[in-house]
Amino acid sequence: MDWLNLVVFPVIRIVVLFVVLLTGFAYLTLLERKLLGRFQVRYGPNRAGKFGLMQPLADAVKALFKEEIIPNHVDKPIYVIAPALALVPALLIWAVIPIASGMPAVADVSIGFLWILAIAGVEGYGIILAGWSSNNNYSLLGALRSSAQMVSYELPMGMFLVSILILAGDFSLVNLVDNARPWWEWIWLWLAFPFFFICILAETNRSPFDLPETENELVAGFQTEYGGMKFALFMMAEYTNMITTSAIMATLFFGGWRGPFAEEIVWLGPIYLLAKIFILLCLFIWVRASVSRPRYDQLMTFCWQFLLPLSIGYMVISALLAVFLK
Amino acid sequence: MPELPPLPTISQLVFTGFALFTCASALGVVLARNLFHGALALVATLFGVAGLYVMLEAEFLAVSQVLVYVGAIATLITFAIMLTRSMMYGKTSPLNRQWGKTGLFAVMIFLALYGFVGSIPWADSAPAVLADESMIAALGVEFVTNYVVAFEVMGLLLLVALVGAVMLARDNN
Repeated sequence: MDWLNLVVFPVIRIVVLFVVLLTGFAYLTLLERKLLGRFQVRYGPNRAGKFGLMQPLADAVKALFKEEIIPNHVDKPIYVIAPALALVPALLIWAVIPIASGMPAVADVSIGFLWILAIAGVEGYGIILAGWSSNNNYSLLGALRSSAQMVSYELPMGMFLVSILILAGDFSLVNLVDNARPWWEWIWLWLAFPFFFICILAETNRSPFDLPETENELVAGFQTEYGGMKFALFMMAEYTNMITTSAIMATLFFGGWRGPFAEEIVWLGPIYLLAKIFILLCLFIWVRASVSRPRYDQLMTFCWQFLLPLSIGYMVISALLAVFLK
Repeated sequence: MPELPPLPTISQLVFTGFALFTCASALGVVLARNLFHGALALVATLFGVAGLYVMLEAEFLAVSQVLVYVGAIATLITFAIMLTRSMMYGKTSPLNRQWGKTGLFAVMIFLALYGFVGSIPWADSAPAVLADESMIAALGVEFVTNYVVAFEVMGLLLLVALVGAVMLARDNN
């Protein structure tokens, strides 16, 4: 057995990936608070360290040293495992995302697209389990809302993914970025990007679709009974999800690691990818700062009566384009 | 001294681990006294089966399994349980009045399957099967050529189920 290639290198890649992602999460919270501050004409955190750069560290220490409280009325094993289950899928998706020319983050499985869809389907479990095991009406309502929202928005998102898949003609994300696309395909893809982004906002429960935790009607939604490190894990899941979905969008719509000279100089690939992810993350925060939250029925109506027919139409036209122009 | 059987390879050990995990969580499904725990054990079972598929080098099947069963069907099951009963009243007996008859049928099905597996002459070797991309492409072609009628009927069945569900859930006003 080839230990080096089968075990040692993948493990090193996974460890590096996790360290980068979790550091990214910590500084994403700072970036969000800073940017939101600027949008609202204030400074944001600026006391811990230069420009508040030590703020994530202070937050982490605070979360770690808080007392671990487990309420008496919860279903203990599920209550404890739920935050971890919320975080894991966000990390797993990274396995198939290409980070440089011909190189995936961990493994080049031939089913990259399906991998994304399958893991996205599993993502709801953390929230469902948290809401149910908390044994609290606010938590349960938050979890129900969130799972219904995620299941609904998965449909148009899946349709858009299938359209991209039809045009690419290849299940592997590595090949998707490696193969050159004609100019009309880029334009056709960018037409779908705003709608795909809306689906992603709903899937990640980000503002303006953060209805599972609307504080004015549901206290804190599914995370009402959580505190300390367990609450921090939910935060981690949300922000890691933002990074992961940004990476997916960068890969699908903006050429992933591609950029000037990225094919000759391999280490430029991850830098371009990071730059694209950064811009998309700023888009997430910009939307949070400027769009107000819709009512729940408006959210569902928009998905089922507008986005779903639109995405099906988009898929049909994509199939026609793939048959006649490719 | 009799010759010792060969040591199990790592993949055999992993396969056995997945199989044991699947069996244990399947037992959890039928033995759990709380319906929600049973549903979660079902999710674990489905994951275990997906793991077995991966060990058999059928990645497409494994991911489809997770996508359809774990991502969609099991989510709906947990959803239904969450809507219909709260955790306080969740404790139920895994047995009802029909446990005798069902047990009999379960034993009969097991015996039938056992006899079936025992009587088939399993081939020692087989022609190589298509792998990865080409397998998925071949599967798609089969669906729209040889099995097109079955495929369309299945789609129609799902459509009927969908319309029926909407009819049942519709507000009478």
